[in-house]
Amino acid sequence: MDTFVQQLINGLTIGSIYALIALGYTMVYGILRLINFAHGDIYMVGAYAGFMIATSAGFAANPSAFGFVVTLIGSMAIAAAIGMAIERFAYRPVRKYSKMTTLITAIGMSLFIEYLFVFIFSGTPRSFPELLPSQNVTLFGNATISTSQILIFLVSIALMVLLQWIIYKTKIGKAMRAVSYNINSAKLMGINTDFVIAFTFALGSALAAAGGVLTAQYNPKIEPLMGIMTGLKAFVAAVLGGIGNIPGAVLGGLLIGAAETLVVGYGSYVGIPSTYRDAVAFAILILVLLLRPAGLLGSNVQEKV
Amino acid sequence: MIRFFLAISLVCSIFLSFACVQKGGNGTTADTGDTIKVGVYGDLTGQTSSFGQSTKNGIELAVEEINNASGVNGKKIQLIVEDDQGRPEQAKTVVSKLINQDKVQAVLGEVASTNSLAAAPVAQEAKIPMISPSSTNPKVTEVGDYISRVCFIDPFQGSVMAKFASNTLKAKTAAILGDVNSDYSKGLTQFFEEEFTKLGGRVVTKEAYTQTDPDFKGQLTKIRNLNPDVIYIPGYYGQVGIIARQARELGMNQPLLGGDGWDSPELWKLGGDSLKNAYISNHYSAENPAPEIQNFVNAYKAKFGVVPDSLAALAYDAAKVLADAIKRAGGTDSAKLRDAINATKNFSGVTGTISLDANRNAVKPAVVLELNPSAGAFKYKETIAPEGSATTAPSSNSASGANTNSSANANTVANANSMPAGNAANR
Amino acid sequence: MSTWLRNFVAAAVIIAILYVINAMMSSTGFFGIGIDDYQARLLVFIAINIILAVSLNLINGITGQFSIGHAGFMAVGAYASAYFTVTYGRAVESAFGFLGETAASSVVLIVAIVIGALVAALMGLIVGIPSLRLKGDYLAIVTLGFAEIIRIVILNIEAVGGATGYQVPGYANFLWVGIFAVITIVVIHNIAKSDAGRALVSIREDELAAEAMGVNTTRYKVTSFVIGSAFAGVAGVLFAHYNKFLSTNDFQFIKSFEIIIMIVIGGMGSITGAILGAIIVTLLPELLRQLPDIQVAGATFRFADLRLVIFALILILTMILRPQGILGTREFGLNWLKRPMRTPEGKSPTGDDGGVPIAQQAEARHLESEEDKNA
Repeated sequence: MDTFVQQLINGLTIGSIYALIALGYTMVYGILRLINFAHGDIYMVGAYAGFMIATSAGFAANPSAFGFVVTLIGSMAIAAAIGMAIERFAYRPVRKYSKMTTLITAIGMSLFIEYLFVFIFSGTPRSFPELLPSQNVTLFGNATISTSQILIFLVSIALMVLLQWIIYKTKIGKAMRAVSYNINSAKLMGINTDFVIAFTFALGSALAAAGGVLTAQYNPKIEPLMGIMTGLKAFVAAVLGGIGNIPGAVLGGLLIGAAETLVVGYGSYVGIPSTYRDAVAFAILILVLLLRPAGLLGSNVQEKV
Repeated sequence: MIRFFLAISLVCSIFLSFACVQKGGNGTTADTGDTIKVGVYGDLTGQTSSFGQSTKNGIELAVEEINNASGVNGKKIQLIVEDDQGRPEQAKTVVSKLINQDKVQAVLGEVASTNSLAAAPVAQEAKIPMISPSSTNPKVTEVGDYISRVCFIDPFQGSVMAKFASNTLKAKTAAILGDVNSDYSKGLTQFFEEEFTKLGGRVVTKEAYTQTDPDFKGQLTKIRNLNPDVIYIPGYYGQVGIIARQARELGMNQPLLGGDGWDSPELWKLGGDSLKNAYISNHYSAENPAPEIQNFVNAYKAKFGVVPDSLAALAYDAAKVLADAIKRAGGTDSAKLRDAINATKNFSGVTGTISLDANRNAVKPAVVLELNPSAGAFKYKETIAPEGSATTAPSSNSASGANTNSSANANTVANANSMPAGNAANR
Repeated sequence: MSTWLRNFVAAAVIIAILYVINAMMSSTGFFGIGIDDYQARLLVFIAINIILAVSLNLINGITGQFSIGHAGFMAVGAYASAYFTVTYGRAVESAFGFLGETAASSVVLIVAIVIGALVAALMGLIVGIPSLRLKGDYLAIVTLGFAEIIRIVILNIEAVGGATGYQVPGYANFLWVGIFAVITIVVIHNIAKSDAGRALVSIREDELAAEAMGVNTTRYKVTSFVIGSAFAGVAGVLFAHYNKFLSTNDFQFIKSFEIIIMIVIGGMGSITGAILGAIIVTLLPELLRQLPDIQVAGATFRFADLRLVIFALILILTMILRPQGILGTREFGLNWLKRPMRTPEGKSPTGDDGGVPIAQQAEARHLESEEDKNA
């Protein structure tokens, strides 16, 4: 039993990270109907931004809670800026073209960021400094949870609550909801859609960056190509929960994280080797798209001719 | 449609006319003027770029030293470096370019056996000698007599750790956690299991991970339940550091064992204190006080700012072996150079005394090192020599094997220096 | 001259040219003139990439679907045929030995190609049937996912080498690769020119309208997907037997993206565009290798290391500045594929759309007219 709980805790930890990234995907898709392929790479950018802040501001040498908070917020800010820049210079000019064009641009952007970082930082994995000490807390039996895992849970929940507040209790949130409902009507109502879109990108990128810093605390290895797989799985999580649906993204993220870890832990009993972990997410995607394309919490929108 | 095809053909023929060369020559590569061109290929920008960079650095240092000492037979070595991004198809393409366009007289590379296997046939067919610094899959040298290596092969390295686990650590059960994407890891897993079972141990489970896995607790929890005496993790430092951490977090305190893939300065940062009670098999020990090794370490640190890892050391040796062979062959005539390389015996390198056997693999002892995270260094533990070599007595597997080796073994001068176990030289 | 005779002569000329080039690649050259191994390799890769680009163009460019997992089908074809030649190649060769050596090895290659194409087509069917109900973005991710799953599965099969790699006998040479490139071009061209091709284009331009006009969109989409995958499989077979070595590392995401870049740069509806894109994408990295290193602030800077960054940048800039690629949906030279219908309210008096498909123009005009209303 305690093994199962252990695996579940591990799964939900990863799942929280997927959830943070999935939120960004789902928000951008809700507003622009665009899958931002480069979003997973923003997660990586966040981790590197945190790394740069921590090492240059000296937090690496003197770990402290203050240092962690500054690193986290700093990397979120940098990622938000980069997200807005990407939107402004790469996505806005192609918005008027077909969906395929924007998707290809997103793919190109993703590759560009990845290999630019390989070029600048070299592909060698770096070690993210440990800003908060990590200890193990025994829950019961053999099940342990480490403080960095607890940190991930807490920060993720806090950010998600913050996001809910922004979307449902502020004016800009209302504007975001309006634009995701119908962009042209929103324009007619006087909403500055360009600003709302930029804000959405900033918000999503900040969340992804937070995911990056939190993951780096838990698993200190960072490298430029770390965003690819994680980003794809977060996308699957967004689809699983219902793309465009915010609680759905969270639910999807946790489910994918749990499913993955359980397959690794118990899959051998049903003949699935643990190395098929990545295939799990894709298999889930295919099943969702075949059986319930709207996702778990999404609503079926009929296409009008 | 036809017009289109004819147009394309015209364009192609113009293009081809530039590409045409005289063929039908006898294919030997004569020395081109007064530099010796050596090609280097490796992964410089891909997923394993740290390996490629280390290798390139080691070779560059060696060549710089050689050229400063008036070159080989009076000629300087010119390096031509190409990036293959870790993709076997590109490895083959760049070696083809190095040989056919740049007209190199020898090739150094690659680290990953898959890439070496892809590129070796090109060198073999073109009759250009290729020395791999760190590919450990036995199949690489089977490609042909122009292909050789200066490292030991998986069968040997896997069995080294098995012997250590069984004889020194007295382990009866072991679990193996390997990298499914890595041929190196799979090779070591296979041979460790064989040897360990032969020595009476039992491998309780074999788990696997991929390099993109964010965490390993799933596999580790399974291993924890089986409670093995030791855990063998024949992977690369990037994942091993985290695995060690997570294993300790799960309360698993048994010894962790590994191979030379662990050797990198980044390992300490990634793994921290969880790397206590861990051992690896390696080619050399940077703290070996022998002057050649210390000179190498200091020179590398001065030029590149970091302590060399085993890949850099092997690459350095590969370049030096090549230069030595060129000197012995009196030139770079391909057949003579090949013979000179294959005849390398008792070459004193920083990674040990290198002799190539009949299969053109390096025969040399491996060292078992204990990890010392507080010093960020490896501590020498013992030496295990290859079986069947004339120098080893049957009992050389025990911890005092170093003594037996040095007395019976005329060529392990380097090892004699590494005997004292507690010797942690300052860096 | 009758058409039949004209085509025959054309085919003969083409084969002759390919034969000469192939002879130049051998060690003795063609009457002493030859091509060195490296450039030969590039030419073969250009031909293989042409097959890949043209086949993907059928799916993405002509039918307007969005498949970004083409490398998966290539891998399937490559490994399936390689397994065949490694295990049964010798046996088949000796069975046909009475035809002479070259003919016998050709037979092996042809059987291998058939096997590779069939297996890849089957895979295309398996992937296509469930996925083609999905729209653009989702289809893209699903094809990507399938390609990854295929790769992971192959990686775990020890019988084909696993992580070490698989050594394959070398039955293919430039002559074969070139012939199949030409066959691919001719076949896809004929499909595009035919009635079925019109149906595919109509699906690209406006799927609902096509369905309303009685075009069985699902059937056509799946068929084009299967044909495209089959040709990708052929490319895989030829790659395997020319490269003589297979490793799953050569079939990762980045390979699929490279094929996408080829057709995007060349123009997504255009076969000659795909060919042009294939040539550019194959040669550009090699050209970049030739550039000298530059010194910037004490650090040496190699252009070759920037290859992928430059590719990505080219992709982005192409999309921003000229989304239809170099040739759009037009073909080089001959006007065999009708341009999209001119609309009465075209911007320029001649209704010249510059090769931009209707769907894109429609959106642009829609949004513009919206803004005009708001102003």
